[in-house]
Amino acid sequence: MARNGLLIDYQYCTGCHSCEVACKNEHKIPHGKWGIKLTEVGPFQVTGDKWEWNYIAVPTQLCDLCEDRVAREGVPSCVLHCLGQCMEYGPLDELAKKMAEKGPRVMMFAPVV
Amino acid sequence: MKKEWKTQNEDGSYTVRTCGWSPPGDHPVGCGMKLTVKGGKLVKVEGDPEHPITNGRLCVRCLALPEFVNHPQRILSPMKRAPEDRGKDKWTKISWDEAWDIIVPKVKQLKEDHGAESIVVFGGTGREACLYYYPLGFASLGTPNVCYPLSGWSCYGPRCSITDYILGAGYPEIDFAGTYPDRYDNPNYVLPKYIMEWGKNPLMSNPDGFFGHSLIDMMKRGTKMICVDPRITWLGTRAEYVLQLRPGSDTALALGLLNVIINEDLYDHDFVDNWCYGFDELKERVQEYPPEKVADLTWVSAEKIREVAREFATNKPSAIQWGLAVDENPNGVQLGHAILSLSAITGNLDVPGGITLGPPAALLGKWRVETRSNLSEELWDKRIGAKEWPALSTAMATTHPDETLDTLESGKPYRLRMGWFNSSNFITPTCSAQPDRWYRALKSLEFNVVQDCFMTPTAMAFGDIFLPLPTFAEHDGVVVTHFGRNAVFLGAINKAFETGDCKSDIEVCIELGKKLHPNMWPFDSVEDFFSKQLKPELGIDFNDLREMGVYQPKYTYRKYETGQLRGDGDPGFNTVTGMVELSSTLFEAWGDDALPYFKEPPYSPFSTPELFKEYPLILTTGARKFTSFHSEHRQIPTLREIDPWPEMEIHPETAAALGIKEGDWVCLENMFGKAKERAHLTPTIHPKVVHATHGWWYPEKKAEEPSLFGVWESNINTLVPHKHIGKLGFGAPFKQMICKVYRVDSLESDVGFKA
Ligand code: SF4
Ligand code: SF4
Ligand code: SF4
Repeated sequence: MARNGLLIDYQYCTGCHSCEVACKNEHKIPHGKWGIKLTEVGPFQVTGDKWEWNYIAVPTQLCDLCEDRVAREGVPSCVLHCLGQCMEYGPLDELAKKMAEKGPRVMMFAPVV
Repeated sequence: MKKEWKTQNEDGSYTVRTCGWSPPGDHPVGCGMKLTVKGGKLVKVEGDPEHPITNGRLCVRCLALPEFVNHPQRILSPMKRAPEDRGKDKWTKISWDEAWDIIVPKVKQLKEDHGAESIVVFGGTGREACLYYYPLGFASLGTPNVCYPLSGWSCYGPRCSITDYILGAGYPEIDFAGTYPDRYDNPNYVLPKYIMEWGKNPLMSNPDGFFGHSLIDMMKRGTKMICVDPRITWLGTRAEYVLQLRPGSDTALALGLLNVIINEDLYDHDFVDNWCYGFDELKERVQEYPPEKVADLTWVSAEKIREVAREFATNKPSAIQWGLAVDENPNGVQLGHAILSLSAITGNLDVPGGITLGPPAALLGKWRVETRSNLSEELWDKRIGAKEWPALSTAMATTHPDETLDTLESGKPYRLRMGWFNSSNFITPTCSAQPDRWYRALKSLEFNVVQDCFMTPTAMAFGDIFLPLPTFAEHDGVVVTHFGRNAVFLGAINKAFETGDCKSDIEVCIELGKKLHPNMWPFDSVEDFFSKQLKPELGIDFNDLREMGVYQPKYTYRKYETGQLRGDGDPGFNTVTGMVELSSTLFEAWGDDALPYFKEPPYSPFSTPELFKEYPLILTTGARKFTSFHSEHRQIPTLREIDPWPEMEIHPETAAALGIKEGDWVCLENMFGKAKERAHLTPTIHPKVVHATHGWWYPEKKAEEPSLFGVWESNINTLVPHKHIGKLGFGAPFKQMICKVYRVDSLESDVGFKA
């Protein structure tokens, strides 16, 4: 069966933490543990007015790609609630095609084998 | 949206559709969500994909709603405490009947002995209370004194008033297709080419009900950003331009941009010739602000000022979104005037993809205004500060906030004896300047009623009666974005379940009102009340709104051409001259300059160079985080796990010189006060500027006085002086003070919060 994954266009990830909390709600994950966790790169100055400052949400081994939920409702909790609407869920090959059409700040995760 | 707003689930639970509005959460953003309740308990919060603005998106504050609702420290029944026990945790649970039996005779007696004006209602910002604390004062209690205790009324009020005086219209907002059910795809919609964010970071703040991440929607579709901000924010790193200005120099910058646009003839001649008054005077005034001079004042290079002015003026349509930084500035009226002038002369007012304008009367605002008819002319004239500050009291139905503190302290022109604190926790650093001074002054009140969800420092210090508020999930209501002043939708707030014995703002207004001024409250129930608001204006009742989910009013562009901005139906704007007043007839009548001008902040390297040697950093405060709404949410574990401590931002070079490392606790101090916060080193802030977060108290700390939940530990507003306000009574220096910073011992073990 084709593997599924998450595509994150972090050009638009605002660091809102909704994915983290939405995931904790869905899977009843206690404090101090995460199914997906934000990382931060920067901020640092590249040149003049150019800055690098990225939030990237990284799924952990607690992420099951919302298997039950997707069967029930079609969309993972983090993807629905993401304020930046920068996460997509689907088969890896489809996501890869979408990835090629996006800007330079894009990431794909395949947390479930 | 679907008609069913309540559905039964197979496992015995049920799900209710609703729209959110604090408590807890935010301004009237009204995000769509579905609340699942099982055995009377809220078990699940989900975003509603059908909601036209939020499409299922939710911020962490609503995602953590069950923790707020089911929190062990929530107050779930009315309580009383003897006045001599104020500051002590000596509360007794009582029934609502007993609460009314104490409150009602007390109010009657005060009115008889000292006049209704001896009662003052304090209202908090942004919460649902904003719609009800005026009627609570005017029509339930019968006092003319309703106070928003923020020095210089420095939030929203100034911007609304300036708009009223200069444009004669409701609140100006980016055209983000908010009123179209099909949103950005609507054929009448045009995307803004540029959005200039002036002193505003909507991603976190969702200001006035504007759903902040709409900016991301528009950026994905091609809108470019210009950020005017002393900090390079995350949004700034995605912007075309950042004008990183010196805090408080904003008006100089706005006048510099106007200088370039006018002198290089980049303005919209048609709009200026037909719809603007005072262009020649403005043209003359901006000659005093050439880009080179403005660069010295603002730290923004002349080259960048020119480039941004040209880009903005030559790319139509574009929008400006002005933020709290306009209000929290004693020179803010002039700043607001200059920003509206920029919007007007570039031809961006009330056009698709530009800046939308609300009609002069607020949506569902009629009733609120009419509640004033309960007060005699004579009583209305006793409103504190009304005579001294006509520019403020003409547009705002409140007291003058700074005068109110003076009155509490001096007993002049008369003594205030009773306080009603409606969702206002203002000895915590939320809105008042010098909260320590308010704290001392408020002790003179004889009798106090507090409405809130949790015991707060303010309630612990002053409450004699505590009336518990339900969350938005626990009562019926209506959320209206922009408080109705340019609403993109009205949403139904549906009661999903009940917790304890709480009553909403409107329930309290009606119940108390029926006891004291029954003729003002001809409503059988909350539902009846809302239906009577909705029906005459929109032709729907409350149940219709529930079934619609949200109601989006129709928006008309270029209302000034068709007479829809004026009561008399003539084309033009609802101002004295009927035009956009680039030169203001009213400001002049009130003794200020008719044209915008720059004035240095009261404390700055230029206005107080000697003091600046001792306090060599510029302090700006109040930027928001995703995890709290002012002083709300400090007791919510999931949110404290993300942002456990108050954070101040400092440039790594400045920090190194002071021996401060990442995560160190520091004290920010100036001649007025001090506050401890945790240092975050970041190159995105200017080396001469520090930023400090507000709204901090520690629910895990000792409740009783003198601790009051540690309210004085990180109280950044103690550094902001009282009554350093603009000439017309608006604007205080919350965002442009000076201070010094030094290392202190950590507060963490002392406070002992465990996430
Ligand atoms: S897909 Fe589901 S499990 Fe995975 S991070 Fe998102 S919410 Fe968590
Ligand atoms: S929810 Fe979306 S925007 Fe928010 S932090 Fe996660 S990935 Fe980023
Ligand atoms: S902005 Fe956040 S707190 Fe406010 S209604 Fe929306 S999700 Fe809730």
